[in-house]
This record gives sequence, structure tokens and C-alpha cells, in this order.
Amino acid sequence: MVKKYRILLGAVLLAAVILTLSSCGQDKRVVLNVYNWGDYIDEEVIDLFEKTYNIRVNYDTFSTNEDMYVKIKSGGADYDVLFPSDYTIERMIKEDMLHKLDLSNIPNYKYIADRFKNLDYDPANEYSVPYMWGTVGILYNRTMVEEPVTSWRILWDEKYSKQILMLDSQRDSIGVALKMLGYDMNTRNLDELEAAKQALIQQKPLVLAYVGDDVKDKMIAGEAALAVVWSGDAVYMKWENPDLEYALPEEGSNLWFDAMVIPKTSKKKAEAELFINFMCEPEIAFKNADYIGYSSPHTEVVKMLDPDLVADKAAYPDDEDLVNYDIFKDLGDYLRIYDRIWTEVKSH
Amino acid sequence: MKKNWLSYPYLVWVLLFIFLPLLLVLFYSVTTRTEDGIRFTFEHFQRFMEPIYLRVLLRSVKLALISTVICLLLGYPMAMILAGNGFKRKQIMVFLFVVPMWMNFLLRTYAWMTLLERKGLLNTFLSWLGLAPLNLLYTEEAVVLGMVYNFLPFMVLPIYSVLSKIDKSLIEAAEDLGADGVTVFRKVIFPLSLPGVLSGITMVFMPAVTTFVISRLLGGGQFTLIGNLIEQQFLLVGDWNFGSAISMVMMLVILLSIGVMSKYEKENEGSGLF
Amino acid sequence: MTRFLKKSYAALIYLFLYAPILILLVFSFNASKSRGIWAGFTLKWYLELFQDRQIMKALYNTVIIAVLSSAIATVIGTAAAIGIHNMKKLKRKIVMNLTYIPVVNPDIVTGLSLMLLFIFTNFRLGFISLLLAHITFNIPYVILSVLPKLKQLDKNLYEAALDLGATPLYAYRKVILPEIMPGVITGLLLAFTLSIDDFVISFFTTGSGVSTLSIIVYSMARRGINPKINALSTLLFITVLLLLVIVNIRTSGEHRKKE
Repeated sequence: MVKKYRILLGAVLLAAVILTLSSCGQDKRVVLNVYNWGDYIDEEVIDLFEKTYNIRVNYDTFSTNEDMYVKIKSGGADYDVLFPSDYTIERMIKEDMLHKLDLSNIPNYKYIADRFKNLDYDPANEYSVPYMWGTVGILYNRTMVEEPVTSWRILWDEKYSKQILMLDSQRDSIGVALKMLGYDMNTRNLDELEAAKQALIQQKPLVLAYVGDDVKDKMIAGEAALAVVWSGDAVYMKWENPDLEYALPEEGSNLWFDAMVIPKTSKKKAEAELFINFMCEPEIAFKNADYIGYSSPHTEVVKMLDPDLVADKAAYPDDEDLVNYDIFKDLGDYLRIYDRIWTEVKSH
Repeated sequence: MKKNWLSYPYLVWVLLFIFLPLLLVLFYSVTTRTEDGIRFTFEHFQRFMEPIYLRVLLRSVKLALISTVICLLLGYPMAMILAGNGFKRKQIMVFLFVVPMWMNFLLRTYAWMTLLERKGLLNTFLSWLGLAPLNLLYTEEAVVLGMVYNFLPFMVLPIYSVLSKIDKSLIEAAEDLGADGVTVFRKVIFPLSLPGVLSGITMVFMPAVTTFVISRLLGGGQFTLIGNLIEQQFLLVGDWNFGSAISMVMMLVILLSIGVMSKYEKENEGSGLF
Repeated sequence: MTRFLKKSYAALIYLFLYAPILILLVFSFNASKSRGIWAGFTLKWYLELFQDRQIMKALYNTVIIAVLSSAIATVIGTAAAIGIHNMKKLKRKIVMNLTYIPVVNPDIVTGLSLMLLFIFTNFRLGFISLLLAHITFNIPYVILSVLPKLKQLDKNLYEAALDLGATPLYAYRKVILPEIMPGVITGLLLAFTLSIDDFVISFFTTGSGVSTLSIIVYSMARRGINPKINALSTLLFITVLLLLVIVNIRTSGEHRKKE
């Protein structure tokens, strides 16, 4: 009886040894550590970069800004290029965690559209190069929602009890409630926050679930009528299920950016800048935008993409569509207050 | 039987990688960082005593208890069947209990969502039978199901391990003396299997009370558990002090429950906690 | 009749265990990237899987860490269990309480506390720190699996062996070890399994460039789990099953030869 296990273990150990040996012949190229969101690049691009510059890329992925931030802040990781979002970039700049970029090493920066420069989180474009951008809005299923969707208030309509999916993210969900009430998404006014909390508690019985990425599968399968989603995901979901439609609420919403930065812990700034520049090559940026489906801030890419997609307000809204759209700011100590509100809502 | 030295490497390991890190957590839970440096305080524990946090604690313990009981009720008969002579390929059957865990638990939990959804496989089956579809996902029951599913092997394996070593002649002797099946079980098999049962309960209750992924995926984020609270403090808010304090409270709860448990076990002298 | 009942009960439990895995298998052949719809049969995820360097590297890390950590933990843990079993009551209590800590602690605290330790001691986070962390949380499970076996052990057996002239080491090897072997194997299997399955502790104790499968799956969770992962799970599953079948055929062959 014991014998069976011995043989099995032997086989596993042997496999492990072979695996170890087979990986011994490692190359001596310079290694660049890149840390990006999961499934947020066309992997072919990495191969192309390696071949072009003879640099090896070590590619890791994270799932939230906060995960990434904790990893970098703890000093346990030495990444060279990161892809955080707006408010996290602001926080990292504030905490002196980022290298200033030398834009002369990134000539392809010229392709970034002007409307994505000089944004609040990096006012002088010193630290970051935009990678993708988008909005937060309402995705709805036309077979279940007949009225026009124009306002966040529809998420509080009892008609859709247990048909609503909210994001399991304190900033996004509290932000939605704040916008519905007509406040700023970055508010530090305690009365406004209290009102948002009450609204979310009132809404809770109507909510089917607070979800993360599973929102995509749910909406495609028609499991719910309304959901709060990111615009890039909305494009993909509409493609998979034509009954779905994306609406930008009239009260305004969140406008977000993911950008490339170099952390202070990096000792390979030159190679990192080379990588960032490569990511802005029109062909490369197009490959990524095409693969991911999110909106690109790259002027040439927009020309290369399917015109139908670019005309789609869900993917590429104009500035006029984005009145009252707030970019998240770093909350500092107010993060705790947001956290407390969210805990109260969810444990209610 | 002087074999104490065999445990020395482990004792060193315990000091370095268990005791020392734990001291760090304790340190975080009773300090706070201010502008003039680090200050001792109990404010984090006071904060935890507020009703919103206590409610979360209560819910975690409740769900974990339910899951543990279900695991025991489902798992004990299964362990007995495995330990009995019913199957030719016994080892394989046991092994099949472990194999599912070799596939990532996040993926398995995702797969449950496909089964439980409104238009999922179970509901499709129900409507095929002519029954009304049920709201299965995003309920407390779904969270319990996820816990039972993920932790059932931890209950079955230790019980099986102990049961399979019970001396068969003991059972035969009891039968010869006229005991019926129920009595044999009550007086012989069950008492002998208690160490396995206690290991099983420990191994199910602990991860169940601290999980944060299952409640997020299957509970639709509506049932905040204490694991979610800790995760939020460390990963989202960056309030490591409060997070450490919650961890300390949770450890206390768990230690107490194990203490209570081992009070009822006579055989287990000095092997468990307390 | 009872035999039938037993069989059906076991069948139901196995169905419960394997239903989600069947789903994973089926969806690895789904042409759509979404779990929500069935868009026809395809093998493209399997082809893409082998070109995905990140996943292959993570698979490699996962297996190596699981094998090494479970083997080391089993050796240390079994020795420790024998030592603990022979300890005086008070000392045993103290050691056992410490042993329970990694089991009791939420993964996230174990992970974070270890990360704090590595950072305090200026230990570079990476493969070695990940391995150390895995060994740490594996050892208690080995001890907890071996100890019940030791408790069931008939002390007279060992003493009888000594009386018959066996050296203590010989008596251990020939009398005690075979008796506790099922516990050791259970511990080893548990350790291997927990190591493969772990996400939280790995997440905190690994550094740049060293990912495990769990970490990849988790980081995909926000943008959508790529069906390549389903394909990988299917392959892993089939490999394990094949191994089981092969081992079984071989050992039953040996049995026949002996007879």
C-alpha cells in the first residue's frame, strides 16, 4: 500500500528534478521586471521587445492598485515598470516612490493625445505615461430594462430588486452613491459621505451582489439587468452579448487612467524608459489596445482601430460627454472613513 | 524513550518563523505611529468592540460552526466507508479525495458559481423538471456550501487515518460479547476515533472562520466576514495596526474554542491546546 | 443492501467533489472567452497555453515549491512529532500550542507576519522566502497527522522489540515507522496539497519574478480568468489521474507476481 505512494512520489520528484535541471541554462541578458494588471497586455509585445533590444522581461501581474502598492511599499520587490491608476500614482508621487521620467528618452510620448496630458494626478507629466483610460458607467440588458437609462437613480429603483450588480470596491460604490446625490466623488465632507452611506444601505436589499470581475460573465449570461462596470469591460460585454448597452449617467461619473511609471527602487531606469517608449510605438500600442479592448490615449492607435469602435461613446467619449466626470484623488487619511462606511454598508 | 532531540530542528523553526513573526503582529496591534514616533495604545482593540465589527465576528463564527458541523456529518460516514472493506482500491478512493485540491481553489469556487447561477446548471435542471428556479448564489447558504466543499477533505482524511488503524479485534470482541452495531459504534469506534475527529474539526473550523475569498465570490460580497475585514485593513486601507488587532482578537476566539473543545476530551492529555 | 447504500453515499460525495471540476474541464473547450456562454468546441486554449511563458513559469514554480516544501516539512514534522510525543506533559503543551499557531492564524496574518520578518532581517523576497514560508505552514499539518498515529501506538510493541535485542534505531525503523506511516503519508499529501493550493501566504512572501499559479489566477480575477488556465487545470487533472492509474497497474502487477 505504501509502495504505491513511493512510486507516485518518486515520479513527482523525478519530474521536479528534470524541471529544475532544464531551467539551469539561463541567459545572461539584462532583466527588466514589469508589473502590470492581469491580462492587460498582448503577450506577443513582450517577445517583440525582447527580440528588438535583447533584454529579458520578467512579467508579473497584480489585481488591484492596493495589492501592487503594498508590494512596492514593503520594499520586497524590485520592479522596473508599473502600471498603476491615477490616484495611486498621485499617492506614490506624494510618498516619493517614483522616478522622474526623462521624456527625451521616450520620444513616442508625442503620440499621446493632449487631452490626456497635464492631468491632476501628474500635473507636469513628470512621472507617468498614460497606457489606457476609460469611464465607469451603467451596463444594462435591453431585454430587461425598457426605460432609457440616464441616471444613477435607476440603481435605486425597486422594480429591479435583486437585478442589480454593484462593484465590490469601496471607492467605486461610494462614488456612485455620491454622484447620484450630486456630490463630488472625492469628497471629504462628512455629511455628504453620511448621505452616501445611507443611500447605499437603503439600496442594499435591491442588490443581487457586490462583484469584481465576475460582473462580465454575469452580464453576458443575462443573470442581472443592471451593473456598474468599467467602460473597457463594457465594450467586451457588448461584443459578447448584443442585448447589452452602456450608459454614461447624466450626473457624471469616474474617469480613470492607467499609466506607466518607474518606481524609485528600480536600478534600470534607462531600460525601463526604453520599455515605456516601446509600448508607445504605434504598432505596439495598437496590438495592446486591440487585444485588451480598453480605450487607448494614443492618437495613431485611434486612427488604426475599427471606426465603429472609435465612434462608440462607450469606448471613446468626447470631452463634452464627460462633464462632471471626476478623476479619483488620493484620499490620504480619509481612506479610513471610506473604509468604515463600506464596512458598515456591507455588514448591515 | 529519549527522543526529544528529534524535535529540536522544529523548535528552532518554530521560534524563527512562527514565534518571532507573531511578536511583530502583537507589536503592531498595541502600537500606533504618530509624528513623534511609535506610541503604545489599546485604541485598536477598543475600536473593534464597536457593534459593526462585533457583528462581523459573530457572523464569521456562526457560518464556520455550521460548516464544521455539516463537514462532520457528511465526512464521518465517508471516512468510515473508506476505512471499511467495501472497496477494492481503497488507496485510490482516498487519493481521489485529495486530487480536487490540486486544482486551484479560486477556480473551483468560480466553477461553483456556474452551477448555482440563476441560469446555471442546477436551475436549468430544476426547470427541466418543471420546478421554479431558485436564488441559490449570493446567499449565506452558498457561502456555507463553498466552505463545506473546500474543507470537507480536511475532515475526512484525519478521521479516516485514525479509523483505519483501529484494531479490528476490538470490534469483533465487542460483537462477540453481544453488542449490536450501534453500541459498537458508540462504545468502541467513536471514542477511538476522537483524536481524528478533533483534528478534523480544527482543520475545518480554522480556515472556515478566516476565509475571505469564499464569502466574496459565493456571497456576492454581501456577507463580510472577519477575514474580509483583516484583508481590507492590510491591503486596502493600509491600517496594519488595526488589522493586527483584529487578527489578535480572532486568534483569541479560536484559542478559546479549541480550549473548550479539548476540555471534553479525556484521552487527549496535553496534546492539543491547554 | 448496506453495501449498496455505502456505494451510493460515496458516489454522491464524489459527485459533489468533482462537479465543479467537470465544469472546468468542459469550459476549457469553450470557444468563447466568457464563462457565460457556450460558443462551440475549440482546442485553441491548449495551443495558446504552451506559448504563454508566464503561465508555464508559474506552473514550474508551483510544482517545485510544492515538492520541496512538502518533502522538507514531512521530514522535520515527523521527527518533531516523535519528539513531541515523548516530551513531558508541560513541555508538550507549550510546543503544541506553538504548533497550532500557523493553523489557527488567518493565512493573511501568517503571510504578512512572515513578510515583516523577511523585511526586518533584510532577507530578499523571492524563491527562498517563498519556500521557507511554505515549509512553515506545512509542518503543523504533518505533525497533526502523525501525532494521532503515535497516540494509537502500542508502547509495549516498541519495548518488546528492545527486549528482543533490537537497537532503538532499528526498533524505530521496523516497529514505529511502519505503524505511523499512514499518518506520515497523509501529512505529506496534505502539505503538498496545501502548498499547491495556497495563495495568500505566497502572495506576501514572494518577490519580483517569482509567481505561482494561484497568484496568476488571482491577478486575472479582475480582468477575467483566461480559459488558458482552465486548459492547464484540465491537463494537470488528467496527469494526476494518469499517474494514479499507472501506479495502480504497476503495483497490482507486482502483487500477481508474488502470488
